[in-house]
Amino acid sequence: MSDRKRTAGFYLLAGFFGLYVLFLYGPTITIAVLSFQGPNGGLTFPMNGHSLHWFANLFQPQMVGDFGGSLERSLLLGAMVMATTVVVSLAAGLAYRKRFKGDTPLFYLAVASLVVPSILVSLGIGLMFGQSGLDTAWYGSAYGAQLTWTLPFGLLIMFAVFSRFNPSYEEAARDLGASPWQTLRHVVLPIIAPSLLGVALFGFTLSYDEFARTLLTAGEDNTLPLEIYAMTTNITTPVLYALGTLTTAFSFVVIGSCIAAVLIIQRRRARRAA
Amino acid sequence: MSTRFDVELIAVTKRYGPTVAVDNIDLRIPEQSYCCLLGPSGCGKTTTLRMIAGHESVSDGDVLITDQNVTNLPPAKRGTAMMFQNYALFPHLNCVDNVAFGLKMRGVGKAPRQAQAHEFLGLTQMTAFADRLPSQLSGGQQQRVALARALITKPKVLLLDEPLSALDPFLRGRMREELKRLQSELGITFIHVTHSQEEAMALADLVVVMEGGRIQQADDPRHVFDRPKTAFVARFLGGHNLVPRDGGTELAVRTDRCRLFAIDETVEPSLSGAVSAIEYQGTRVQVTLDTDLGVRVVSHLPDEEFYVHPFHIGDRARLGWSHADAHPVIAN
Repeated sequence: MSDRKRTAGFYLLAGFFGLYVLFLYGPTITIAVLSFQGPNGGLTFPMNGHSLHWFANLFQPQMVGDFGGSLERSLLLGAMVMATTVVVSLAAGLAYRKRFKGDTPLFYLAVASLVVPSILVSLGIGLMFGQSGLDTAWYGSAYGAQLTWTLPFGLLIMFAVFSRFNPSYEEAARDLGASPWQTLRHVVLPIIAPSLLGVALFGFTLSYDEFARTLLTAGEDNTLPLEIYAMTTNITTPVLYALGTLTTAFSFVVIGSCIAAVLIIQRRRARRAA
Repeated sequence: MSTRFDVELIAVTKRYGPTVAVDNIDLRIPEQSYCCLLGPSGCGKTTTLRMIAGHESVSDGDVLITDQNVTNLPPAKRGTAMMFQNYALFPHLNCVDNVAFGLKMRGVGKAPRQAQAHEFLGLTQMTAFADRLPSQLSGGQQQRVALARALITKPKVLLLDEPLSALDPFLRGRMREELKRLQSELGITFIHVTHSQEEAMALADLVVVMEGGRIQQADDPRHVFDRPKTAFVARFLGGHNLVPRDGGTELAVRTDRCRLFAIDETVEPSLSGAVSAIEYQGTRVQVTLDTDLGVRVVSHLPDEEFYVHPFHIGDRARLGWSHADAHPVIAN
């Protein structure tokens, strides 16, 4: 098979894939490279020497707005959205394993917010808060706005998880005298733990880079994406690129540590078993 | 003669909406017996087992276990333990923790429950694999762990759902012997669901043949095979010819009690026809006859007998039997 001639279709598709990868990572890599621009360099190539000048510049608030504060808010908000998404999706996923009255309308109601344009969700929530005389804030209205995005996704993931979950595990637990709570705690949760970690990661990243839904709901204090957007309009130095590089690196660290956590759990189980 | 029963089903019915899965069955399983629920898929055998286990609610009727009505008790309060068809071993726990699970749920401390788990792994010869995860075991090994896990709760009745169907034929034979050995050593009742009549014959003290949610016949294997009550039982067990008679009954005659004769011999009772197939099967030869009545009958002849007067495909022949070997069965 291996010495069979590759067809024109193969090269066409391979070229297409190459372009796709270039589009995916090209901008990120370009920004990463430009963020090491020398102190006198500009926003575009060529590089005028290289330095860490712009990274240092990043941590001077007067230069680039409230980078530290917005990062902190985004991390906190991400954690809040993550925790809520995991708990609510898990509970909803468990509920949907049995049919109940009104389950189908409720499901459509829950996922409808995925098809509503996100800026409209943002606008609506912003208006609603305004009408009710409440202040919009990242920890209130923006938190709710982001949940309209992450909860339906979490629910859909849990559907997929439980459709593959063999109910005889629970019957076996019940047969061995486990209470419903013990069954959840000692059988269901450990078995679906990797999927729950996936939901958590998903919830966090969706929140962390969410823009449109947060735009009109965040109130006075910006989240990181909003802050970056504001910077692009009034900053014209490579400090912007330094920021991009740093946040991208942070995302990779988060994802990397999650993968590491899964690997460690797997290895520990295997070692205990050996 | 034992008069106590480990399991009694009284007019038990299971309905799913308009469909009746189990239709008003009565069954009494004597103590310390090996009982096989036998039938084709969809006959209600698994539903019956799951109702005994408490994993399926009973629509009507009562389930008694050692004289106690358990119809509305949860599975763990019935004195039963179930071994699931796919074994349902918890994939995240090693063998010891799987086996110790029932004790852990009952609040037994770590050291004593692990000691007991090792003891039960020993009972099923799995001590050497105590630290393995289920995914690191073969099908037969997983089954032994599942057995140990079910037995550690000291059940009075062990329920096995198609326990051998996932194993290869060689292993199936070995596990069959082992199940029988365990049952007699432990002195408890096993109820074993199977669609294999061979398995039921080999294992059971009591064979319960089911079809369409009803019990067709419940008896010891020799009785069931020698005196099938209905045409269904005779057909399902195999090894029987069914000869139509008047009055809604048929005659069942074991194929190994039927002999082949030349067409011009006077044999009574007999059926005439043409030989349509001959199969050599080692210890015996299977001859199929398309009779003039329109039914197809089979004779299993000892090989040496067949080769003294061999028949050939297309030969006219006569299949005869003795009156003593023919039993009327209800046609169904």
